[in-house]
Amino acid sequence: MTIDLDSVLELHPQVAVRPEPFGALAYHYGNRRLIFLKHPDVVRVVQRLAEHSDVAATLGACGITPDRHDSFLAALASLQKSEIVRERIVTC
Amino acid sequence: MKRGLDAPICLTWELTYACNLQCVHCLSSSGQRDERELSTLEAKRVLDELRDLQVFYINIGGGEPMVRRDFFELLEYSVGNGIGVKFSTNGAFIDAEKARRLAAMDYLDIQISLDGVDAATNDAVRGVGSYDTARRAMDNLAAANFGPFKISVVVTRHNVSQLDRFKALADSYGAQLRITRLRPSGRGADTWHELHPTNGQQRQIYDWLMEHGENVLTGDSFFHLNAFGESLPGLNMCGAGRVVCLIDPVGDVYACPFVIHDEFKAGNVRDEGGFSRVWKQSDLFRSLREPQSAGACASCGSYDACQGGCMAAKFFTGIPLDGPDPECVGGDGEHALSVVQPGSAPKPAMDHTKPVTLTRKNTLVAR
Ligand code: SF4
Ligand code: SF4
Repeated sequence: MTIDLDSVLELHPQVAVRPEPFGALAYHYGNRRLIFLKHPDVVRVVQRLAEHSDVAATLGACGITPDRHDSFLAALASLQKSEIVRERIVTC
Repeated sequence: MKRGLDAPICLTWELTYACNLQCVHCLSSSGQRDERELSTLEAKRVLDELRDLQVFYINIGGGEPMVRRDFFELLEYSVGNGIGVKFSTNGAFIDAEKARRLAAMDYLDIQISLDGVDAATNDAVRGVGSYDTARRAMDNLAAANFGPFKISVVVTRHNVSQLDRFKALADSYGAQLRITRLRPSGRGADTWHELHPTNGQQRQIYDWLMEHGENVLTGDSFFHLNAFGESLPGLNMCGAGRVVCLIDPVGDVYACPFVIHDEFKAGNVRDEGGFSRVWKQSDLFRSLREPQSAGACASCGSYDACQGGCMAAKFFTGIPLDGPDPECVGGDGEHALSVVQPGSAPKPAMDHTKPVTLTRKNTLVAR
């Protein structure tokens, strides 16, 4: 799945995020991957994905300006590949 | 990263100095239990602290950690608190029943040490019978459907040529191969000069890792080889006191498992403030997080890639900490070693090696 502004994502439930001076570390207890989130904005976005209807809404709420959207979509795509974030199944 | 993390990501905790084996390169000079070792209760308090620090996982070692009677209790307590465990063992205590018990646990990785693909190569370093013991443990884990355990190899002069066969062995078990660098730590200080890979072999290791690196774990330990060219995957820096540390069986906290020496001791988990305080505030760890000088390596074009190598390897071979790694691929290490005063290299702080027994003495005499 490619990630775009309409994607509906969440932090993977098996992932723990620990704040660090440079941003945060994300650890996936299932696949044992340790990922460096090297910008505080990325950390905020990742942690708030589940609170908003889609990626666009999350980026908006985190104050990420449209000129930075592409780089955030790329970051989210790579985080999805390592299963740090995943598609959120929306139940009505 | 070089500024240090709020909590370590590679924390090794050696549960005991007791061991059924006496490997000649043992990084912690293990053998006999130390009577000051942490009690079950103390160990659990440390785990509570690690949970509060959000340490994701710990590497448990020893000695042979399974010697401890509360081994499973501590394992379950750790995992139950959200701290994953990877433990290193020689396999002597993984019988069929224990293998099933281990296989039933989540968030647990097991690493079985093996230093040769055949008994002759392995047992020369790890002791008579240790090859069969390790293989039996692997068979038991496989039979219990543990899943992909790890086979952990310390690369020496005598097993470099076996890397392909180690990989094949791991594949045959559906296991993951892990190879790490031999350091002159613990009893390894006495055997390193004979066991460490030759210059030509360093190149062989690098080439092999370049080819197979994706599927082989290295504990990030070969970054001094980056000076050959393209960098190997990993953090590629000495993490001592920044992202790495050791808690030894008596609770002393060292900058890394390979530097058990007063100079690298930051404190003890029994001190006021516990482990957190040592990690966050000890003078030693603070100074390790300051920018380090490139020293003798400053003029080397490979410094960015190699970072001057491993602090422990320099320290225990008597090379200044801002000197080149003793295995510097540019040859500077050999020169640095040649000017070290014989006998001047620091000795490891503690030795829990078992006294030579009568029977062993006899065989020594008989030889
Ligand atoms: S001189 Fe120093 S930085 Fe250069 S390759 Fe040797 S150890 Fe590494
Ligand atoms: S001293 Fe050596 S073994 Fe320890 S963290 Fe640094 S590079 Fe790794």
